[in-house]
Amino acid sequence: MLALLRALWLILLHTFKKRVTVQYPEQKPYVPPRWRGRIILSRDPDGGERCVACYLCAVACPVDCIALQAAEDETGRRYPASFRINFSRCIFCGYCEEACPTYAIQLTTDYEMGEYRRANLVYEKEDLLISGQGKYPGYNFYRVAGVEIGGKAKGEAENERPPVDVRGLLP
Amino acid sequence: MSTLQYIILIPALIFVLMSVASGLIWVERRLLGIWQDRLGPNRVGPFGVLQVLADILKVFTKEDWVPPFADKPVFITAPAIIVVTVLITFAVVPFGPRAGLADLNIGLLFFLAMSSLGVYSVALAGWASDSKYSLLGGLRASAQMISYEVFMGLSLMGVVMLAGSFNLRTIVLAQRHMWNIVPQFLGFIIFMIAGIAETHRLPFDLPEAESELVAGFHSEYSGMKFGMFFLGEYFGITLISAMMTTLFLGGWMGPVLPPIVWFALKTFAFICFFILLRATLPRPRYDQLMSFGWKTMFPLSLVNLLVTGGIILAAR
Repeated sequence: MLALLRALWLILLHTFKKRVTVQYPEQKPYVPPRWRGRIILSRDPDGGERCVACYLCAVACPVDCIALQAAEDETGRRYPASFRINFSRCIFCGYCEEACPTYAIQLTTDYEMGEYRRANLVYEKEDLLISGQGKYPGYNFYRVAGVEIGGKAKGEAENERPPVDVRGLLP
Repeated sequence: MSTLQYIILIPALIFVLMSVASGLIWVERRLLGIWQDRLGPNRVGPFGVLQVLADILKVFTKEDWVPPFADKPVFITAPAIIVVTVLITFAVVPFGPRAGLADLNIGLLFFLAMSSLGVYSVALAGWASDSKYSLLGGLRASAQMISYEVFMGLSLMGVVMLAGSFNLRTIVLAQRHMWNIVPQFLGFIIFMIAGIAETHRLPFDLPEAESELVAGFHSEYSGMKFGMFFLGEYFGITLISAMMTTLFLGGWMGPVLPPIVWFALKTFAFICFFILLRATLPRPRYDQLMSFGWKTMFPLSLVNLLVTGGIILAAR
């Protein structure tokens, strides 16, 4: 009986406790910087697209929501002719970001993607591509990779030695 | 009172009670939220008061479905019974020195009779639904009502002896010098517990017991028929609170404020206490409920009756 009255009193005291409710649209909850939200495609410091259309993100995607088409420009640089992510399928697992060799595809802290029409959740390349570098500033894949593209021959990348002539005698 | 006055008063009272009962839905959700460190519904209108309106609109636009296996006439009548019996009982409640519909000289008996009739609603709903959960709920409701009805009446006999009348107005006036809660404290506690059981409120909500019987006697109900059960439940809370005010807390009596305000304040305090009980206590097991009723409350109410009678006789 006493325990009962005590319980009633303790519950009554909860009138003055702090509320745990977050009044969402007016009051945003804290989102950690590594939050896996809306997916974007970033650009390198020179403003070029980072994506080299290697299809690794599409392969890594467990729900198969990424579709792209590779193309090559006149300098031999690969880029996606089209890049489509179906966010009504995406589970925001971040595997695409992990698979990406060029830091092109990144997950951001934005989670407010509600739509009234399902078709609006399919994002095309122009919706995905942002103007900045995202989470990894200063990184340019072609500047460090040994791939040969127009304006940069083999051995001209950062920290790369000139190629060895395998048919020569001297090392 | 003239017939014209009745014609105006009765719809007015029903309107007020309807607003109170539906307002209670918001009050309850808000208070439960507060006691669970939440906020409760606060989006629709100022402080969320229009939530009630949204709920009503929703329940009216729901499909009003009668299961093909149900006993149709009984199934449809059952929700009406609870609302009607509780509403009729409000006729004898004295809201103020002159307010109130009927000045019945057996007002208290009328209240007890009508609240017993209310069990038909639940039992018939459980039976007519022809579903095992509903039937179990209905059975529980009948057993609970029978066992709690007994000492509900007995606990009030002390009040009747003190006032020497079954007339609720006389009972209130007999509390001029001392509210009944002081000499009849045991009776007050017993009546409160019986009242909670009578309205199937938590912790005595065994007839509906969401966690074991889905929704008990109203598992098969939808739309406004389901809404009627809810309305009946909130009417019941208001009625029991009003009766506790009338019988034990001096009804409309109080200083400074007008009588009707005092009555409303006391009733509202009891309603809040009911909600606090709901926020605090877990539901007892069914056999615990029964043995608590018959082995603890029933003897206690008999003792209360005997002691009160003895003291009154000795004082005479």
